[in-house]
Amino acid sequence: MFKQFAVIVAGAVFLAACSSPKKTSDADSVVAPPSTMDSATARADAGDDAASAGSVGDAATSVVLPAELADRLVIYFPFDSDALAAADLELLAQHARFVNGRADLNLRLEGHTDERGTREYNIGLGERRAQAVRRALALQGVAESRLATVSYGEERPALNGSTEDVFAKNRRVELVYGTR
Amino acid sequence: MISMLQRSWALGVLCWMALATAPSHAQLKIDITSGVTDPIPISIQPFDADPQTSSQVVAADLARSGRFVIRESRRADYLVTGRHTLQADGRSQIDFELTNLLTGQKLLRERITAGPQSWRNAAHRVADKVYERILGVRSSFATRIAYVSVDGRAPQQRYQLVVADADGENSRVILESKQPLMSPAWSPDGEWLAYVSFETRSAAIYLQQVRTGERRRVSSRAGVNNAPAWSPDGMRLALTLSSPTGNLDVYLLDVASSALTRLTDHPAIDTEPVWAPDGRSIYFTSDRGGGPQIYQLEPRQGATPRRVSFSGNYNARPRISPDGRELAFITREGGAYRVAIQDLGNGSVRTLSKGPQDESPGFSPDGGTLIYAARERGQGVLATVSSDGLILQRLKADRGDVREPAWGPFRP
Repeated sequence: MFKQFAVIVAGAVFLAACSSPKKTSDADSVVAPPSTMDSATARADAGDDAASAGSVGDAATSVVLPAELADRLVIYFPFDSDALAAADLELLAQHARFVNGRADLNLRLEGHTDERGTREYNIGLGERRAQAVRRALALQGVAESRLATVSYGEERPALNGSTEDVFAKNRRVELVYGTR
Repeated sequence: MISMLQRSWALGVLCWMALATAPSHAQLKIDITSGVTDPIPISIQPFDADPQTSSQVVAADLARSGRFVIRESRRADYLVTGRHTLQADGRSQIDFELTNLLTGQKLLRERITAGPQSWRNAAHRVADKVYERILGVRSSFATRIAYVSVDGRAPQQRYQLVVADADGENSRVILESKQPLMSPAWSPDGEWLAYVSFETRSAAIYLQQVRTGERRRVSSRAGVNNAPAWSPDGMRLALTLSSPTGNLDVYLLDVASSALTRLTDHPAIDTEPVWAPDGRSIYFTSDRGGGPQIYQLEPRQGATPRRVSFSGNYNARPRISPDGRELAFITREGGAYRVAIQDLGNGSVRTLSKGPQDESPGFSPDGGTLIYAARERGQGVLATVSSDGLILQRLKADRGDVREPAWGPFRP
């Protein structure tokens, strides 16, 4: 019924196409599964719940960290900057020592910005932050193959709001441990 | 006018409640913030035999444009009358007339037909005909917009990619995810949306056919896959990829062959590409000069970029008007991010929006209106402004944030 209400495009072709999404033989193609709400709605829920600041890896592959690292998985940055403070470099050296002693682990570095500025340019700024952390870990001997970066720009804030305090909490790189 | 909008809104709510499966996404509501000082008075008579409220849709479109004011016929310059009938197969047919009440001259007498359940589209096309006949320029009432809707508190948010009519009605979620969705871009034929999804916990660019939901992942390289932009012929995408060391550059992807061509090669952030309508140049954002500025280059390997934005220290996310003469982008003024427009002929720049945090501007297909995202009391809303800056509207969701509007092309 909702579909009937929501149909936008003219023509019987629409309804025919809607009720039976076309499959392609292309291996890279995904056909959106029909949902109860609208058969042309795709779901992209493979990603599961978002990892929140301070959580350790995926729920499925929980990594037990030493107490001195467990709640120190986020590096914060000044406005429009990817510079690491001396204390951050020391913390990253501790993470490097830990991960170098655990051949089964890898690290994903998730770069984030605050909400100011354009979204796609912020993806670039978030990537710069993730890369700054990656370089610092690599300089401490962590193999490049164990480090991956992803930039979320301003798309996945730690906190909602538009105050300086919130901005400061959102300009960050999260260290996400996983198993190889 | 307001009551008419409210009535049509109330009707929408009634339909919504009457349906067994309610839409599980935010609905948009339009407010007119300001219009021209001397709008044209026009009377829209209720259409004969109207099984819907199609004459109200026509009136709402014209009033929302800000160029018209809806009046009773004895106080109007123009009159629209019509008849709306449903065919046996469910198709809508609207026969309408436009009359100049000062001269008595019939300016239009036409029949519009539309497919089943598409009566709103038929009404929007009537409004387009009336607008163009009286003002001599096209309008975009019978087009669609796409946008991203976000619900829930950080860091547990839900993201939806939504397609709706240009008036915000008929909204339909075409993709939902617990991971971010961003950068929707319409193919030139209006059949596909390109967008970025983080559903695999890394960035990838997908194409999705709006009608069927069929998806294709076209770029999922390590690192950044962002900012897809269709070439005017629909054959290629400009997009942003990163090197292993995190350097962002603009590339071209041939959609059919997946062949990749590197366009920019610079240690700065190069991103946010967009094609000029003639396909002969690409505009993009780069911070190679320090802060972000807008550059132009030819879409071929080894082309040399030329800087085009000069006023201010933050100019980003360019879009080009359909006639190729104007550049819309985000500029920073003090601490505020606003929509600005630059005349590409003489270089003059004017700021069109007033918000503290406006973003993602784009032109309507007729070029007369810009749509953009804004923050209002902590909520992400969509807003439109006429390119002369006179007419402002706001499209606000009943819950959550809406952002990254993309205005679709004219439909055949």
